[in-house]
Amino acid sequence: MYSKTVAELSDGLQKGEFSSEELTRIYLDRINNPGEDLNCFISITAELAMDAARAADRSRSNGKAGPLTGIPIAHKDIFCTEGVKTSCGSRMLDNFIAPYSATVIQRLNSAGMVMLGKTNMDEFAMGSSNETSHYGPVKNPWDTRAVPGGSSGGSASAVAARLAPIATGTDTGGSIRQPAALCGITGLKPTYGRVSRYGMIAFASSLDQAGPMTRTAEDAAMVLTAMAGFDPRDSTCVDREVPDYTAGLDTPVKGLKIGLPGEFFGEGLDSGVADAVQAALSEYEKLGAELIDISLPNSGLSVPTYYVVAPAECSSNLSRFDGVRFGYRCENPKDLEDLYKRSRGEGFGEEVKRRIMIGTYALSAGYYDAYYLKAQQCRRLISDDFRKAYEKVDVIMGPTAPSVAFNIGEKTDDPVSMYLSDIYTIAVNLAGLPGMSIPVGLADGRPVGLQIIGNYFEEPRLLNVAHQYQLVTDWHQQIPPGFADAIP
Amino acid sequence: MSLDAAEVVKIAHLARLAIEEKGIPDYAGSLSSILDLVEQMGAVDTAGVEPMAHPFELSQRLRPDEVTETNQRDHFMKNAPRVEDGLFLVPQVIE
Repeated sequence: MYSKTVAELSDGLQKGEFSSEELTRIYLDRINNPGEDLNCFISITAELAMDAARAADRSRSNGKAGPLTGIPIAHKDIFCTEGVKTSCGSRMLDNFIAPYSATVIQRLNSAGMVMLGKTNMDEFAMGSSNETSHYGPVKNPWDTRAVPGGSSGGSASAVAARLAPIATGTDTGGSIRQPAALCGITGLKPTYGRVSRYGMIAFASSLDQAGPMTRTAEDAAMVLTAMAGFDPRDSTCVDREVPDYTAGLDTPVKGLKIGLPGEFFGEGLDSGVADAVQAALSEYEKLGAELIDISLPNSGLSVPTYYVVAPAECSSNLSRFDGVRFGYRCENPKDLEDLYKRSRGEGFGEEVKRRIMIGTYALSAGYYDAYYLKAQQCRRLISDDFRKAYEKVDVIMGPTAPSVAFNIGEKTDDPVSMYLSDIYTIAVNLAGLPGMSIPVGLADGRPVGLQIIGNYFEEPRLLNVAHQYQLVTDWHQQIPPGFADAIP
Repeated sequence: MSLDAAEVVKIAHLARLAIEEKGIPDYAGSLSSILDLVEQMGAVDTAGVEPMAHPFELSQRLRPDEVTETNQRDHFMKNAPRVEDGLFLVPQVIE
């Protein structure tokens, strides 16, 4: 059962081959065995899940089921879930019971989806390896010595190990696509503003976007159709019709113009990753697509630009954590300043503190023009490169990450080398474009992801292009050894 | 760009973050290396480039100035470390 996709599960539920209660029980069992050692979950909401599953089965018998009714899902612990701990991977929110649900959660609940639990993540989504979590690192099911990527590492690892058929993630600089690549699953970061950010704990508000993490593009299309849409509670959510993302999946890609930026295939790219990506591109050629060399000349600026914009916005967003209204409070504060400083100093981990300090510095008097204004100008140049490229091509492809999953502990002492693992994903957030990662091979037994970048609101095309590849290849069906054949 | 210990202490104060004395050299080192990375932006001439604050050039939506939420003070205060009579408690600030 656990090898079925969301589309197959939807079909099976509809035909009455199994109930949501049976399905949910199987996944809850798998989370404990074989999943326990992976540390994918911060909270497992078994009782709520069984209640929701029974409610879904009742809706179905009353003839009120939709395509996602009764299908289990895991949510990144960045989404507020009413009545359930929402930690954002931080000691700061270890005691926080969300008083309301994020719009994404409300929408997926309304679609009848069954929450299995809340997945582990880098603290406040700041990290590329899931090692900054207060709850300990997540392991990669393909090789438990390796990181799953981050920040949506728990979601990626859970979907790869078949502990959940699907999970939600968020992506500020690559946090859906990079862990999807490192764990061998499909991940989609929609266009900025496509999915509501209401109730999604803010990291960098001009970059953050939520999306699905799934096994197949078809599954991502099904779930995005339910997730996306205008929300008056998010001031940057775009008021634009949501298409049925599954409608265009079957369009052939013959004649598709694929742009290959030279900057994404140069120095720093591991040869095993390059080989798998080349093989995928050859597959697209066989399907009739045309490969066109392009240039994104300012893409080298994206990591430096991001490490001003994101910390600046995070230093502002995280000022709300002050030990007064919610979250962690230090013991015996001697005065108000001591309360602020020690609550924040003890409640936040090292990487979060580093980023708050970088952002505080970049925004401080006398430095604003040199850092923040300069970064916003570089952001314009990076974005303009994409605009010019889409005059010539339909989609852009390249590796999602420069290497396969690295080992736990390998990069924790060197923040800058960790930041460079998002070198191909960050520009997409700065421009606000949609991007996907799909599995296209293994190198040294660890998965490789192909990144597909589309023009604004071209999620239907991205999903179509990914789906056509998945029809003729089987990388998305590979199960990590040790997670196949286990119960049940 | 190299930050010294005094600058780290100043930034931590501005950010209202207590950091341990013995951690200061590590912060100075890692923050300096991040600033070195960031300063690669300087290689590009951005004179006359319009800053981009947001992926779309949208202005903020306005809505009618009407009450749309009900008062849920007690519900939201359940997460507060210390409350009394509907007020958040903090250490005394006025003698």
